[in-house]
Parts: sequence; structure tokens; C-alpha cells
Amino acid sequence: MIPELGNFALILALLLAITQGTLPIIGAARGIPSWIALARPVVQGQFVFLAIAFGCLAYSFVSNDFSVLNVARNSNSELPIQYRIAASWGSHEGSLLLWVFMLAAWSVAVSVFSRHLPDEMVARVLGVMGLVSVGFILFLLVTSNPFDRLFPAALEGSDLNPLLQDPGMVIHPPMLYMGYVGFSVAFAFAIAALISGQMDAAWARWSRPWTTVAWVFLTIGIMLGSWWAYYELGWGGWWFWDPVENASFLPWLVGTALVHSLAVTEKRGSFKSWTVLLAICAFSLSLLGTFLVRSGVLTSVHAFATDPTRGVFILAFLVIVIGSSLLLFAWRAPKVGLGGKFDLVSRESMLLANNLLLMVAAGSVLLGTLYPLIMDSLDLGKISVGPPYFEAVFVPLMTPAIFLMGLGPLARWKQASLPELMLRLRWAFGVSVITALLMPFVMGEWKPLVSFGLLLAFWIIATIFVSIQQRLRNSGQGGLFAKLAKQSRSYYSMHLAHLGIAIFIIGVTLVNGYETEKDVRMEIGSTVTMGGYTFRFNGASPVSGPNYKAMRGDIDVLRNGEKIRVMQPEKRTYNASGMAMTEPAIDTGFLRDLYVAMGEPLENGAWVVRVYHKPFVDWIWFGCLLMAFGGMLAVTDRRYRLKMHSKHVETAAVEDGKRVTNNNTGLATGGRKA
Amino acid sequence: MMRFLLPLAAFIVLVGFLAVGLNLKPREVPSPLIGKPAPVFQSQSLHEPERILASKDNLGKVWLLNVWASWCVSCREEHPLLVELAKSGIVPIYGLNYKDKRDLALQWLSQYGDPYTISVVDPEGRIGIDYGVYGVPETYVIDKNGVIRHKQIGPVTIESLEKKILPLIKELQG
Amino acid sequence: MNPVSSFKPLKNSYQQKIFGLRNIFSTKQFILLLTLVLLSPLSWAEEALPVAEDPAIEKRMLALSEDLRCLVCQNESLAGSRADFANDLRREIREQLKANKSDQEIIDFLVSRYGDFVLYRPPVKPATYLLWGGPFVFLLIGAGILFFYLKRRRKQIEEPPLTEEQHRHAETLLKENKGNNA
Repeated sequence: MIPELGNFALILALLLAITQGTLPIIGAARGIPSWIALARPVVQGQFVFLAIAFGCLAYSFVSNDFSVLNVARNSNSELPIQYRIAASWGSHEGSLLLWVFMLAAWSVAVSVFSRHLPDEMVARVLGVMGLVSVGFILFLLVTSNPFDRLFPAALEGSDLNPLLQDPGMVIHPPMLYMGYVGFSVAFAFAIAALISGQMDAAWARWSRPWTTVAWVFLTIGIMLGSWWAYYELGWGGWWFWDPVENASFLPWLVGTALVHSLAVTEKRGSFKSWTVLLAICAFSLSLLGTFLVRSGVLTSVHAFATDPTRGVFILAFLVIVIGSSLLLFAWRAPKVGLGGKFDLVSRESMLLANNLLLMVAAGSVLLGTLYPLIMDSLDLGKISVGPPYFEAVFVPLMTPAIFLMGLGPLARWKQASLPELMLRLRWAFGVSVITALLMPFVMGEWKPLVSFGLLLAFWIIATIFVSIQQRLRNSGQGGLFAKLAKQSRSYYSMHLAHLGIAIFIIGVTLVNGYETEKDVRMEIGSTVTMGGYTFRFNGASPVSGPNYKAMRGDIDVLRNGEKIRVMQPEKRTYNASGMAMTEPAIDTGFLRDLYVAMGEPLENGAWVVRVYHKPFVDWIWFGCLLMAFGGMLAVTDRRYRLKMHSKHVETAAVEDGKRVTNNNTGLATGGRKA
Repeated sequence: MMRFLLPLAAFIVLVGFLAVGLNLKPREVPSPLIGKPAPVFQSQSLHEPERILASKDNLGKVWLLNVWASWCVSCREEHPLLVELAKSGIVPIYGLNYKDKRDLALQWLSQYGDPYTISVVDPEGRIGIDYGVYGVPETYVIDKNGVIRHKQIGPVTIESLEKKILPLIKELQG
Repeated sequence: MNPVSSFKPLKNSYQQKIFGLRNIFSTKQFILLLTLVLLSPLSWAEEALPVAEDPAIEKRMLALSEDLRCLVCQNESLAGSRADFANDLRREIREQLKANKSDQEIIDFLVSRYGDFVLYRPPVKPATYLLWGGPFVFLLIGAGILFFYLKRRRKQIEEPPLTEEQHRHAETLLKENKGNNA
């Protein structure tokens, strides 16, 4: 009964999505107010029905209804309740339902937080999102219905993949999808702008916070995925350049470019058609990722069970959505104005150059990801493109981008002078070079690559300092804190996000440079020493979890002869699937992680144990969190909050402008004087 | 304006590749050994451990080398076909018992039937590495000169047998 | 499994972290220690032996197998994979290294059996020129377009002066943006 109810709710949601995708758009084109007014209630109705559908699926999982095929395949009565809920989005069908549910949630958010927008605009934006929703709900109903019954019902389910039975996996997919789906808002804004021909600073200002929020979710989603791989796969890697990881990284790269390009469009009215193209690309790559993961065209550790009809369906959907948007772009973009004038050396051109580098990097990752497919379809043989390729390509491309990242925030809009910039940044450059040269000695051994990585990180940090210092100098009267408090949140958010990149680079550089690993045979009582820590193996004992049996190792960690903690890595075997899993024990620290994983049992209670000392590894994820936090801070900037409460956008913004005028003769706005 | 059509053009090319890609099998890795002499091996017989069998004894005839193991589930799928093929006497099938235990392997053969003219063991998978085996079952067609002509990855099916393997054998024998 | 652990109370690691610091010589642990010493007198507090017989060869083997793909696991390196197949190939590489084969010889050995598919670093050959050259071609094209676009853009903008209305609009925009420089 409940699954049928879910199915019915899904069908109703489809009907509402069809309404949402047609009437408001037509209404906006023809000027029919009642059709335009339809957009908001229909969106909210669709959300309610999708919530019911999702609730029904979750209920089937929680209540162990093995007469539902999806439940029988991806759950088990022994599975703990939190993983039964998470199993609702653990399969292809369920994750797709989560996708459309989130799309509906984003649509509702747009319908609620768009009071200050013209009604036609809202109708078009929601209409475009409705069309995307139609495609996905159809895909669900036609090829991947999560409510399909199994007759006769299974007595027991075949369990959720043990790799997914983990807290990180519970929240990773929702975060990632929030990011993917969130780009649909930027996409819908772009399409609406192309349709209406209204593409000005106001348009950029409207779509900017939505894009930033989506970017924040995507950043956190990718970070969680990487962190999960680190502690769940059992050998301490955190990024593998796997096609599926690349599929999430591509929209991130383009989304990052988009966030920056929107800043220029909002402030200077430039790059309009470029920004629109980026918005289309970011969402298209999210869709492409969906295709790659679910069609089976690429081999990946993460890929879902695949089936060719699904591939054909998504490909057709891709062609319709992306093809028509690019066609619309080719038709309307040439009429878009050029915006403000700026020099070859200016903040605009630097942002554009950075955009270019990000896009080239995205293009290269896409090329590497698809190249095996390209060669195979031309019958040129099968190859693999793996980490060595991506590292060889990505690092040289990102190096100038990071250099520009330090330069950009200090350059003036419209017209900047290179000699002046060099003069202002000579200390930052000197300090970062010297620190980068000396730091590796502190770590114990000088390595050229470490020095190089640190140079990039310190360059970012040093330029942030210079920027803040010069900004404060130009902030008029008052004490340090008063001056600091005067700066806008969006100013700090930019530096926070950039600092996140620096922290991330430090983490990557140091863990790659100084990680140590030992693969040892540990007899009971034997020790292994690494990075100043001694690990003593006290044997392994059997334990049983809710749905698995495990051998749990007991390892004392000693520092200077004193026991500082006990680590208990496990080797699990899951009851239902019989799958073996390595569950490492990790001692997380500010400066290092200790990572212990059990290998195979030997005679006399001895085990093969892998011990890692990973300096600064947590900085990788901390850096990502900082980036995400920077994004959040940007969204809460005063000018967006003000608008939420006011229909009179322009007035509010102008007042906003006036209020800060006198303390704002500083660098970044200085361009206006030129 | 032509340049605004460029993204669309790039996308169309991409879709072309993706469409072709849907019909490819990314999990199958073609063997570079096709057209090359089959690696020479020498190993114990499965049935008589003291007997050493060598692949060069097969020169002058067309033969199949079937890699199998008792722990391999999909081997059970193809096994009836192999037994039938062996009965027909069209081609001798040599079994390479890959990373298996002798008693389990013998038990398996007595249970499901023994299609192999000769069975050799490869307990550590070394012969497997020489042949580029990366999954079980795999089946190689080797011609009179000892050259590998075809590799079937995964279980032999009626379709693959009728469309590819049998015609090839006929051609090679003729 | 082993006699020692069977009577050891199972605490969670958090508790042990808190209490373990102070009670290093608690009775329970003393008994534990004693039992350990008695039961495995030979191995007590000995430095554990590395799994690899020859650490130098192991290091080379790992470096080599980082860049090789495990065929059965679909997307894991030989170094990272726990699959049986990867174990076999690691053993093979180890043995060949011991027999003084060079890295290149081993790579050739593997490629001759499994094809270019085993290489995570695709070989540079006509079919992969686009792959290896692609990023730099993209960069060159992009930089070229960017440069000419910026030059042409400046010219285009200089020609038509702003209309009165555009001018006012621009003024409003500029005012709005004061203070927001991120």
C-alpha cells in the first residue's frame, strides 16, 4: 500500500512538474498574469508530493518491506536504522528520487526567497526548473521506479553495500546532490535571462547567492566524499581521480569560475554572455556526471548497477536540456551588451584569466576522463587515464591560477598597473619565497616539490595579509577592531575562501611529501615506531556488531614511553553479503593523523598491520571547510539580507552604497577614480 | 555569430562519443596476445600430479585453452556448453585449473562433468599471468602453429560459440 | 582467537583514552601485561618485522605499482588494491625486481600481456597526442581568444558613447556596488 502511495505521489508530482514547466513560461511570454501566478503554488505542490514519495520509500526501508525490489536489493533486517534510512538513497533509484526531491526543495526555496524579483522572471526560472524536474521524474517512472514490487516478496534483503554503511556516506550524497541540483537554479536564471533578454547587473545579483550556496554544498559534498574514502577504503588515500570523483569535480571547477565571473557581471556588468555560458556549463556537467555514473560507459569503483536503457534515456535527456540551452545561447547571446570598459591589466582581466585557467583545467579533466571512451569508440584500443596524467596536467595549470589568486584581489577594477602591483606585493613575494625555502627544513628534509607547494600556499596567505593591511590603512579613522568591523562580509568571505585553498595546498603538499607508511607483521606485544610514536600490538579479539562480525585489534600508542591512546582497527565481515571490510583506526590531530589498518591474520594471533603517519592530512578537509564557510559568509552579506525584506531593491542598494561610501576609498574600489 | 555556436558544436561531438560509448564494454580488456605465439608452459596434470604436461605438445592442432576454477561461479554457467563441445569432438579442450585446490577441482569435475582432454594446474596463477588472465573463466583459441587467435573473456555462451569460436576453429582446421 | 584477548574487557576507545592515561599500571592491565609476557615470551616488545623481505625492493615495487591499474578492480591501482589478482601481480613485480629487471622491462612485460590498459600513465603515441597535448592546446587557444577578445572589446566599447539613460543606469549600478568588493 505504502509503495503504491509513493508511486501515485510521484505521478502527481510529474503532472505538477509538467504544469510548472509549461504554463508559467507561456504566461510570461504572452503576459497572462494568472498563468504567471501559477508558478509558486505549483512548485510547492510538487514539493509536497515528492516529499510524500520520498517518505514512502524511506518508510519501506525502515519497515523492512522486502516486497519492494529496491528494498530487497539494498537493505537487510539486521541493518541498523540509520543506515536503513540512508539506504533510501544508496541505490540508483533511491538516489535519483533524492535528486528530484532536492530539485523540488531548491524550487520551493526560489519561490519563497524571490519576493523581490519581477513575477515574470520568477515564472521563467521556476518554469525551467520544472522542465528539468519533468525529465528526471519521467526517468524515474519509466526506467528506474524505486517502488517496483518483487513478487513473491523476498524473505530477507541482500544488504546495503558495506562500504556505504558509514556516517560519512549518510550525509555525503545529500550534500553532493544539493550542490549538483543547486546549479540548476543558476542554470534556470541563465535560461530565463536568455529567454527574456534581460541580462543586467540585477540579474547577476539575483543569481549570485544561489550559485554560491550550491557551490558551498558541492564543496562540502566533495570534501565528505574524499574524507570518507580516506577512512573507509582502508589505505589512507583521499583522492583517486576516479571518473566519478572527476564527475563531481568538473561542476565544482566550472562553478568556481562561475562564482567569480558572476562577481564581475554584478559589479561591472561585464562578461555577461560568458557568465551565462558558465551557468549552463556548470549544470550541464552535473547532468553529465549523472550520465557517466549511471550509464556504465566508464568503469569506476563507485558506479551504480547499470543498464543500457537508462543510458539511452539520460543521453536523450542531456541532448534535449543541454542542446536546447546551447542553441538558445547561440541565438540570444550575440545580442548581449559588453558592459563596462576595462584595461588589459585590471581586476576584470585577471578574473577572466583565472576563469580561463579554471575552464582549461576542467576541460583537461574532462578530456582525461573521457579519453578512454573516445579511443575505444574509435577502435584505437583501450587505455587507462589515471592519477599520473591528471597530476601532470592539473598542477601546471593551477600554478598560474594561484599566482593570479594572490594578485587579483589587490588589483583595481577597470585599470591596474603592473609595476605598482609588483611594488605593493614585493614583500609578500619575498616572504613567501623565503618561508617556502626554509619550511621543509623544519619538517626534517628539504624537497623541491614540497617547497614549491608551500610557495603557492604562502603566496596566498601573504597576499591576504597585504590586502587586509592596505585596506585597513585606507579605512579612515578608528582603532584596528573598528576598522576590521567596517569591512563587508563579502570582503572577508573572499579571503576566507582563498585561505581555505592555501590550507588545502599545505595539507596536500605536506602529506604527500612526508607521509610514512609501514607494513609490518605484528606479533602480540611487538612494537613498531614511526614519527616519534610507538605502536604496541596487544592482539586482536572477536567482536560482533549489529550486522557484522569483526576481529578488533588492540594497539597502544606510546609517546616517549607513555601511553597516549588505544587504537582499535577492525577487520569486519558483514553477515548478509559476506563482504570483508577494513575499518581503520585513526587518531586525528592538528599536525598529524595516526592511521592503523588491519591486514591479514598470521599464526599465533599475529597480524599484518599497516601503520601510517600522515602529517597535516586533516588540513586538506579543513581547507575545504574554510572555502565552504567563506561561501556561506558571502551569502549572508548585508546587501542580500537587506533585499530579503524589501521589495525596493534599487533603493535599498543605493542606501547600502551610501552608508559605506565614506569608509570606502580603499584599494578595491579605487578603480572608480581612474 | 559563429563563435556562439562553438559550445553547441563541441557538445554535439561529445554526445556522439557518449552514444557510441553506450554500446561498448569498458570492462573487457582485449588481449594484446592475439596473433602472438601462445606462451609456453609446463605444469603438473590435475589428475596425475606426477605427470608434467607442456603446451608445446599441442603443436600441429587447433585447441582451446579454458581457464577455470572450482571457486568461480560463472564457470558453472559455461560448463555444460564445454562438456557438449567436448562430446562433439570438434576440438580438444585443455583446462587450466587456475588458483585452485586439487581436491576441490577434482570434486567439481566429477560433479559437473569433465570436458578436458588434459587438465593442468596453475596453483599460483603464474601461467595465468603469462596469458594475461585477469578473470575466470577465459577461453583461448590457439591454432596449429601455436598462435593465439581469439580470447573469450567471461563465460562461453551459445552465441559466442556459434558466431565466433566454432567458425574460427573450422577456418583454422581447414 | 588468542587466549589473551578473550578475557580483556571491551571498552570503547573513548573510555580508554580517558582512563588509559592515568591507570597505566592498573591491576587489570598489569594482569594483561603479565599474561602477555607469559604467553608470548619471545615476542614481547620486539620491533615488528616488515612484511616485505627486502624493504628497498618493496619500495620500488610500490612506486611502480602506484602507476599500474588493477584490471579486475576496474579502478584501483595495483598498489592500492587488496584483490587477489593485484597480489599476484605485485608478487610478480617483486620477483622480477629481485631478478634485476629494470622498471621499464617490467612495464613492458605487463603491457605485452595486458595491453596499455594496465598503465595509469598512458603512453605517448599518435593516438594519445590529443590527450597529452590537449590541455596545452586548450590553454593556447584560450589565451589567444582572451587576448584578442580583450583588445577588440576595448575598441568596440570606445566607439559608441553611452546614451543618457545608460549613463544614469551605470551610475546607479556603481553606487550600489560601493562597499561590496568581494
